[in-house]
Amino acid sequence: MSEIHAQSVPYVRDTMLPPAAPPSRQTGVVRWLRMNLFSGWFNTVLTILGIGIIWFLFHHFWPWLSHSVWKADSVQQCREIIAARWGEGATGGCFAVIRERWHQYLFGFYPRAGYWRPIMTMGLLFIAITPVLFSVSPAIRRWVLAATGLITILLMGVAETPDWSVILMWALFGIALLMAEYAPRRLFIFTVLYPVVAIWLLWGGSLWYPLMLLAGFAVGYGVIRAVPPRRSGLATFLAIAAAVIWWLFLAEPVSGLLQDMAAMRLMPVDSNDFGGFLLAVVIGVSGIAMSLPLGIVLALARRSDMFLVHIFSVIFIEFIRGVPLITLLFVASLLLNYFLPPGTNFDIILRVIIMVTIFAAAYMAEVIRGGLAALPRGQYEAADSLGLNYWQAQRLIILPQALKISIPGIVGTFIGMFKDTTLVGLIGLFDPLKGISDFVRSNFAWKGIYWEPFIFVGLIFFVICFSMSRYSMYLERRLSRENR
Amino acid sequence: MKRTVCFGAAVATLLSTGAGFADEGDTLAEVKGRDQLICGVNAGLVGFASPDANGNWTGFDIAICKAVAAAVLGDPTKVKYVPTTGQTRFTALASGEVDILSRNSTWTFSRDTDLNLDFAGINYYDGQGFMVPRSLGVSSAKELGGATICIQTGTTTELNLADYFRANNMEYQPVNIDSNAEGEQQYMAGACDAYTTDASGLAATRAAFANPDDHIILPEIISKEPLGPVVRHGDNNWGDIVRWTLYALIAAEEYGVTSANIDELASNSENPEVQRLLGTTGDLGAMIGLDADWAKRAIKASGNYGEIFAKTIGEETPIGLARGLNAQWTQGGLIYAMPFR
Repeated sequence: MSEIHAQSVPYVRDTMLPPAAPPSRQTGVVRWLRMNLFSGWFNTVLTILGIGIIWFLFHHFWPWLSHSVWKADSVQQCREIIAARWGEGATGGCFAVIRERWHQYLFGFYPRAGYWRPIMTMGLLFIAITPVLFSVSPAIRRWVLAATGLITILLMGVAETPDWSVILMWALFGIALLMAEYAPRRLFIFTVLYPVVAIWLLWGGSLWYPLMLLAGFAVGYGVIRAVPPRRSGLATFLAIAAAVIWWLFLAEPVSGLLQDMAAMRLMPVDSNDFGGFLLAVVIGVSGIAMSLPLGIVLALARRSDMFLVHIFSVIFIEFIRGVPLITLLFVASLLLNYFLPPGTNFDIILRVIIMVTIFAAAYMAEVIRGGLAALPRGQYEAADSLGLNYWQAQRLIILPQALKISIPGIVGTFIGMFKDTTLVGLIGLFDPLKGISDFVRSNFAWKGIYWEPFIFVGLIFFVICFSMSRYSMYLERRLSRENR
Repeated sequence: MKRTVCFGAAVATLLSTGAGFADEGDTLAEVKGRDQLICGVNAGLVGFASPDANGNWTGFDIAICKAVAAAVLGDPTKVKYVPTTGQTRFTALASGEVDILSRNSTWTFSRDTDLNLDFAGINYYDGQGFMVPRSLGVSSAKELGGATICIQTGTTTELNLADYFRANNMEYQPVNIDSNAEGEQQYMAGACDAYTTDASGLAATRAAFANPDDHIILPEIISKEPLGPVVRHGDNNWGDIVRWTLYALIAAEEYGVTSANIDELASNSENPEVQRLLGTTGDLGAMIGLDADWAKRAIKASGNYGEIFAKTIGEETPIGLARGLNAQWTQGGLIYAMPFR
């Protein structure tokens, strides 16, 4: 401040005013409400409408939900309890049915003493998918493995598991965690072996038989290595022939022999005993795992220059997409039996899995074709200019990008497929939604139950489908970061 | 996992077509070889077929499966129950997926002839009826003109309903439903004035209501629904086994043979019919390829016809069905076993 203006100094404030709070309409809750809920007349109307709907739903369903009964032996008893507690004429949910029959909603008729087997299979599934789904981030991998491992072992403890399998489970998760830390690529061994272990755990019987089926691939591989590499066509042919001979004539006696030497046997469980979410997950996971590779092959075949390959894949895709899944399921459950000789026991779940897989693969093929078509021509030309052959170019350059583009579509197809597994109720399998509910209601104690199973099953479906959707979002974020 | 599962389709078609067809039509040998009877049943119908919390099946239709298994294999537990739906039941039987269908199926002309099935007899005479709320003030189906009616689509009941209203010159408004559970829900919510299905189903549904007395089942029965076990056409011996097992259960009630006194009667009954039935004299079992004790085992499995009825759907049970038409012919009903001679 200069001397010239000294006389004016007394008129100047020497203290600053403390900053005032913004006007009350521009701050806190009010501002948030104005910004988000009442900005403009249209949004205001929408907000009021929304609140009205929420209030309406709450008003209608809350009394029913809050009057729920969780402990009763029958619907009649539920009604008595509700009448006693809330007065005559009150209505309420009778979730006691879920409390009594939850095990059938989860496992169907699977023998109770064997519940640990599906639980263990589910736990192992997470080891198997970790190297595929969480291959990039060690932190997430560690977290997923540790969490699923602990949950699985906890559940196995609840389900009266024999000691040896609990110890085995501890050991397997320990090994998996160590491998995930130090040799993540080796975890793929789990993934490859998983189907055999899962089939054995779920259906029981001798472990040697699925192992010997797997050995067929090893036989084929051995033949390929034995033949000089120049004759690759011959080698492939011989390998396939050797594997088929192994499967047809040798696998069974050899596994019988091994079974006699060292019995590895679980109580066999029939496919008809599968039900509820066990059935939905078995069909869903196998369908998902197999329809993706099949879909990729179909998509590539559809874009192929080879006339026959192209035309066959077009016919296949268009035919399958033109036929409802129900029709395919009926074919699987009924028509196949006419063509197979009497007495053939072609497993019903396997038939359904095959049908669901080819159905999902046709849709998958179109999703992936969309991804392939979205790639700029330059990518193909770049691959050519590097001197890559067709398969190398697809594997290294084209497919990784195409698949990344198609992730939302792929996951959408997966979710749709998982929900479609409830359709197997129509061919007499016990799907969680209709099959199990129908037979629970066929017990006089629970006749008259309607909404409760739908709510329970719907919640579980929501959790599974929502986690798939969240996973796909995580995947997209991760892949786009790579792209930067 | 079974061996055939993995490559059953391809291999079996290639290798065993000849061997496979040689067996066709010999269900008895197949069942004995498998040591298990495969019985197609309803996936869940109160009183008739219902699995409990442990997966054990019980019910009126299940008792037939148990009796046949006991007669053929000597053990009523050697049954695999395959749940079938209305759409899949006859194809499952015709394609050989099940040996016998014991699943409240109505015996009709076209099913017997066109579908190449054989009905082995009748174990329950049912008929389509109506249920209405008491507050509607209706006491006869003839007064239902202009009513909205809940009706399951794709069933014979739908056609019967149309026939009945046309014959009586009445109008009605159908409310299509998909399953019994949905029908109950719609009816209770007031979406329709009346609910129609087989009378046995109506009785069970009504019994499960919170206030059964607020609803009445109208006296008119508008159709005949003879229900019974079904076998494939062409295997007559197997058909005979199922038919006569059913008759054995019925005859046992007529002669007073129960699961309690059967052993005693087998040794000291004076009645020649009872003696032949229980294999004490004569050689009836050998005529159908079974041993002399087959009927005795079948009756022991879950009792005679009357005992089964009383245990599963009778008046002592919550479902509370009266014998009515299903009483023995000696009691004025239609249940009648052909003579064991």
